[in-house]
Amino acid sequence: MTEIRFSGFGGQGIIRCGLIAGKALALFDNKHSTMTQSFGPEARGSACSSQLVVSDDRVLYPYITIPEILISMSQEAYDKYETELRNDGILIIDKDLVKPKPLRGKIKMYAIPSTRFAEELGNRIFANLVMMGFFTAITKIVSPEAMKKALPGLVPDRFLDLNIKAFDMGYDYGEKILKEKKQRKT
Amino acid sequence: MKKVKADPKGVLTGSHYLDGDHSLAEGGLAAGCRFFAGYPITPSTETAERFSERIPTVGGVFIQMEDELGSIAALIGASWAGKKVMTVTSGPGFSLMMENIGLACMMETPIVIANVQRGGPSTGLPTLTGQQDMMQARWGSHGDYEIIALSPDSPQECFDLTIEAFNLAEMFRVPTFVMTDECIGHMHEKVVIPPAEEIELVERKWYTGPKEKYLPYKPDKDLVPFMIKAGDGYRFHTTGLTRDERGYPVINAECQDVCVRHLVDKINKNADKIIKLKEEEIDNAEIIVISYGITSRVAIKAVQKARKAGIKVGTLRLITVWPFPEKRIKELAKKIKAFVFPEINCGQVVLEVERCSWGQTQVIHVPHCGGWVHNPDDIFNAIKEAAK
Repeated sequence: MTEIRFSGFGGQGIIRCGLIAGKALALFDNKHSTMTQSFGPEARGSACSSQLVVSDDRVLYPYITIPEILISMSQEAYDKYETELRNDGILIIDKDLVKPKPLRGKIKMYAIPSTRFAEELGNRIFANLVMMGFFTAITKIVSPEAMKKALPGLVPDRFLDLNIKAFDMGYDYGEKILKEKKQRKT
Repeated sequence: MKKVKADPKGVLTGSHYLDGDHSLAEGGLAAGCRFFAGYPITPSTETAERFSERIPTVGGVFIQMEDELGSIAALIGASWAGKKVMTVTSGPGFSLMMENIGLACMMETPIVIANVQRGGPSTGLPTLTGQQDMMQARWGSHGDYEIIALSPDSPQECFDLTIEAFNLAEMFRVPTFVMTDECIGHMHEKVVIPPAEEIELVERKWYTGPKEKYLPYKPDKDLVPFMIKAGDGYRFHTTGLTRDERGYPVINAECQDVCVRHLVDKINKNADKIIKLKEEEIDNAEIIVISYGITSRVAIKAVQKARKAGIKVGTLRLITVWPFPEKRIKELAKKIKAFVFPEINCGQVVLEVERCSWGQTQVIHVPHCGGWVHNPDDIFNAIKEAAK
């Protein structure tokens, strides 16, 4: 079982991230996934998050308790949720928007300028898809094929291609970073 | 009872990633609901939104009403006009519906009401969960009557049990409730919608005899009277007053006895046909955990832990909460050491378990005032305590 939190500020498409990954896992990767999200004032402007519990068996307890993976696309969200990340978890941040504290425990951090990449594609609205691509490459929890299959219906049809492009951009960057890390080790 | 296949127009066959609210709407549409009247309220609004988008595409009608009183009134009218009807609400809206729910019971009108429960009382916790309207679903309107209430444990069951609710409402001419909660309502999971030909629906018992002989409240063998469509040329009269078989008011104790006894018997004497339970590892159990809705999933976590600790625990899930499975609980109470009953309220359905146990076994309630689901450890500790 894996618990994941996607976080950022309202409007970045954070809930959408949870939906895309949840749908990809449940419909195309043969896993069980339960997605919950923040509602109320916190979902509209300030730190906002969606949570995903992924399992080979049926998910019984629907909420995350101690997430292994935290994705943060804003400082406020990082400050709010970093403390709950498991000691050996994976932290993924937008490197232009989040200034992380020194890492604790065995936490591994991966950073991507997702918003800057999206702006290069023409609109920062694609930052969440860049981040999803990066998350997919780094964590390997979901297959990139499943993620792309999950997009129709969750992003506007006319922007499907651009969203896939954004996803690939993040995914390739993730693969590159993993390769570099490996090379540094050897 | 005539069974028919679902109209493919309303059935969104395939695998989807939906939250409970959206699944309620798809369940209704698959069941043939073609009239929705409601008033938006968190955390049930998404159901109404989906209906407003989808129902016009299948030839149905969506009305946003002035309030929840009007919602039920509109459902009663549309149901008598021959439509399958549904509304959705949460706590405060549910309270406003109560008066006309009583009218629907008295008029023996099939309607389906989904309640996406949130923490109460009053405005309470609009965006957070609760299971605190269970007794209100049963007896929230004045007078004596019985209804049917189902409790889904997932978005998938929000779909499945809404169809079931329509079938039961039509079969027994009674308001039927889908009592879900904010957690399931806002939780996304895989929902599989089968092909229309695999969805079996119950057709309302239409009267086909001579026009002058129609009696809207004359019970058939199964205790359920036949219906007609208002406007089809049958003379019919109905009222909230105590009435005879013709539907005309008769204000005395004798008619009251026949009328009210009928409303109650119609459900209670058919309870075996209505009630659905899911039992697991009951046979050798010393402890049985009873639960419903989202709490039944959380409870399994505790049960798994208890089994690992060597405690013989079975589970009983109330898919149907009302009518209550009195007979089964009485039977089990004789055999076991204790029932453990977690629910997200301060003690509602547990009262029925206590009543049916007749002091023959312990009943340990695990209350939760709402706002979140139980910590599985709280349920585990209760099981451990019960096993001592």
